[in-house]
Amino acid sequence: MTAIAEPGAPVVAAPAPAAAPEAEAEAKPRDILIICYSGELEKIWAAMILATTGAAMGAKVRIFLTFWGLQAFVRDDVRITGDGMMQKMMSFMQRPGISHRKLSKMNFLGMGPWMMKKLAKQYKAAEPKELLGIAQAMGVEFMPCQMTMEMFGLKREDMIDGLGDPVGAATVIGLMQGGDAPLFI
Amino acid sequence: MSTDPIAQVVDAKGLSCPMPIVKTAQAVKSLASGQLLEVLATDAGSTKDFTAWAKATGNELVEQTVEGGVYRFVLRKK
Repeated sequence: MTAIAEPGAPVVAAPAPAAAPEAEAEAKPRDILIICYSGELEKIWAAMILATTGAAMGAKVRIFLTFWGLQAFVRDDVRITGDGMMQKMMSFMQRPGISHRKLSKMNFLGMGPWMMKKLAKQYKAAEPKELLGIAQAMGVEFMPCQMTMEMFGLKREDMIDGLGDPVGAATVIGLMQGGDAPLFI
Repeated sequence: MSTDPIAQVVDAKGLSCPMPIVKTAQAVKSLASGQLLEVLATDAGSTKDFTAWAKATGNELVEQTVEGGVYRFVLRKK
């Protein structure tokens, strides 16, 4: 008779706790904190695989989106972001959005990512965008970096739906100090 | 061997990591405690993955067989 809340399940007005706390000694899985720093296709992909798997294994998963990792979570249909010339140039040089990631090696003007996605289809491996949707449905929490938002001139309406409130490094360190298993990708 | 009826089947044949585990986790949510879930997969990593998943989530791996390249897992929701 365990009453452990499923991750992601909204904790709505729990029925009066008639059941006495069972003081279950069962070890609670460690929360997982992914620091998503890089924006390359293969790294975003790895982050999404680990996030969905962590959630599937009953862990609370949080992803801190920062620097190039944050650019990947701009909506796919947003092309140029920012206000100043340099901010605009940044998004011009590297198109934001999860569907427009480049490989860190062997990008070959997009041939590399195209082949990766072909192979993924052939081997029925879920692409980052699909995994992102699954992660959100499973209650993975996305925390944008406030400083990166400002530096890149990103606005909330540029970003995909479902992101949490922007936070800073202290939140990240605090979670680590609290025992979250950290992953820097 | 269990004689209990299978409450739900997840066909994850052909799917690569992490989808068999993700689909299993999603399916288990809709089951009641004690109900059985059957998962079919062809991902060669799934033998170890399902053992790890069961251990981590506390759901019981009741049965595990492989036939013609198809891995079959029966899990009991905790």
